[in-house]
Amino acid sequence: MNVKASQENGSGSGGDVLTASGSRAGSAVRSFFERQGLIVAFVVVVAFFSIASDRFLSITNIMLVLRQVSILGTIAIGMTLVIVAGNFDLSVGSLASLTAVVVISLHDVIGPIPAMIVTLLVGLASGAVAGILVGKLRLNSLIITLGFLAGLQAITLIYTGGRYSRIVAPEETWFGFIGRGFVFGIPMPVIILAILILAFSIILTRTVFGRHVISVGGNPVASRFSGIRDGNIIMLTFIISGGLTAVAGIMLGSRLMAAQNYLGQGYEFEVIAGVILGGTSLQGGEGNIFKAFIGILIIGILRNGFLLLGLPYYFQWVAQWVIVVGVVWLDVASKRGKLLA
Amino acid sequence: MKRLISFFRRQPIWAILLGIIVITSLFRPDFLAVGNLLNILVQSAVNGMLAIGMTYLMINGYFALSVGTVMGFTAALTIGLQPLSIPVAVIIAIAAGAGIGAINGFFVAKAKVNAFVVTLGSFIGVRGLIYIYTGENALVGQNYDFFDFGASRVLGVPTLFLIMLAFAIIGEFGLRRTAHGRRTYAIGGNVEAAENAGIPVHRTVFLNFVLCGATAAIGGVLLAARLNAATPGLGWPDTNLMTIATVVLGGTSLTGGSGSVTRTLGGLLTLGVLYNVLNLFNVQSYYNLLLTGLVLILVVYVDSSLKTKRQQTFR
Repeated sequence: MNVKASQENGSGSGGDVLTASGSRAGSAVRSFFERQGLIVAFVVVVAFFSIASDRFLSITNIMLVLRQVSILGTIAIGMTLVIVAGNFDLSVGSLASLTAVVVISLHDVIGPIPAMIVTLLVGLASGAVAGILVGKLRLNSLIITLGFLAGLQAITLIYTGGRYSRIVAPEETWFGFIGRGFVFGIPMPVIILAILILAFSIILTRTVFGRHVISVGGNPVASRFSGIRDGNIIMLTFIISGGLTAVAGIMLGSRLMAAQNYLGQGYEFEVIAGVILGGTSLQGGEGNIFKAFIGILIIGILRNGFLLLGLPYYFQWVAQWVIVVGVVWLDVASKRGKLLA
Repeated sequence: MKRLISFFRRQPIWAILLGIIVITSLFRPDFLAVGNLLNILVQSAVNGMLAIGMTYLMINGYFALSVGTVMGFTAALTIGLQPLSIPVAVIIAIAAGAGIGAINGFFVAKAKVNAFVVTLGSFIGVRGLIYIYTGENALVGQNYDFFDFGASRVLGVPTLFLIMLAFAIIGEFGLRRTAHGRRTYAIGGNVEAAENAGIPVHRTVFLNFVLCGATAAIGGVLLAARLNAATPGLGWPDTNLMTIATVVLGGTSLTGGSGSVTRTLGGLLTLGVLYNVLNLFNVQSYYNLLLTGLVLILVVYVDSSLKTKRQQTFR
């Protein structure tokens, strides 16, 4: 049941999600609003800031928001896969710090390409260890990755000795292009994110691996009986999450051309908040990468919008609280047909 | 002697603690210096307070990701409201913590929203409240009686630790001897059975969230008394980690249904002693974090392999 529903949901990119509203009419409108809480929240947030600030809908600002969310968005792809397979990855924030520090500190020593390769390997290796512990040894992913959150942050600090890392001559390397460059006026991180979203949407919805991820999360017992090696599938989702977090770390380092030890602190919470907004079920078995991106986008728009309105940045945290809990409540309430159990 | 052995068998964390203490004092006799031991107690008081409420919640089968920022928020309230008089400031701070707990509890128990989402939301949101309340500034207390109270001792033992210990004893009593405690175990063990047995599940879960918010707030008050200051960054983001590590290390089940405040106290002192040992050997403080992470992973591993073994013996 779960698997079927999620395949229907995930059978295309955002296009059908958005146009689906046109094909339903009358009383169905109400049920649409209840079911697509995400789209409603997105439209409300965009409409609010468009009215409140005339700069909000300018091309420059839209590009700014997209570039800002591209790092969280990249991490969110891996997080969606991990959550769909029924687990959590709380280590992504610390891993983003570590990978950004590694790529920056190695850039001047071994050159940009080898530094990026090593960084990617660090991410994949961290994901593989977490994946073995959760997938093979069947340990609680929340506590294990909470352990990784602490451990990776400590490794970052031990590696740098608490010092700030930076690239000595930022003008003399092309490395900054990844985070700062533009192609046809579109920021490079946005292009990378778009390609990754497309690729992993196809992987999740159109490949055997993707179907296995969904069924392992939706019904672990049934998938084991049908011969799916659930341990391997779960391990792979963690490896992908680690790899994509390393990509995000590289983009982050490239944009700043420097890295501070606590760069990614708290990312895990913002990413999970975005993925949850995007309707990915925390029970596993259900999720959509494009919608997760919309969820991340809502969080990015909140940050941008509050700044445009001249409000302190910390108001966005209270707004995130209200919106995350509100949207999930709406979702749960519409499924059971009443607000309270 | 027999009773002691059976106690260690039931709560192995105390045997581990004893082992660490014996081994450390062989290598570093200065570990046993009174000043050093009291230092461990002072540093454990705040974390212990947070862990008491978290123990109730985890036995109940839930956990809260929000205790860290609730502690930070209530510490800021305690310092900022000092002009109203200390008791009023403390009461408002604890009420605020219980209130945030009530919001969490309402959404988890009544609205049936996933506890992870609810407490993640309040973790982020309460951080916003801290910044709004403090205006991004560090607050410094002007009332030195309060600060003196924070540094005071009763019969040589730090008052803050004694306060935490008193709450721990009440907490253990509440778990063992009250209807609420028994309901907490029953729900954590098997929700459906508890519901069929007529246990008010919603109310019990709600109460435990309120309790967890209140103890986090008392932790915030103790922290404020120790520092006589509050910065907006207090409790972000490692405090939740430490609290969960403390409870889990003590031996309270990750899935609910078993555990006790005594165990949590064992976990608390063990972590405190371990940090202190690293410190005595002049290890960089970064390794504390690494140790916390490794301990968490190790405990989960041991917990899970013991469970498999038990299941095999039942077969």
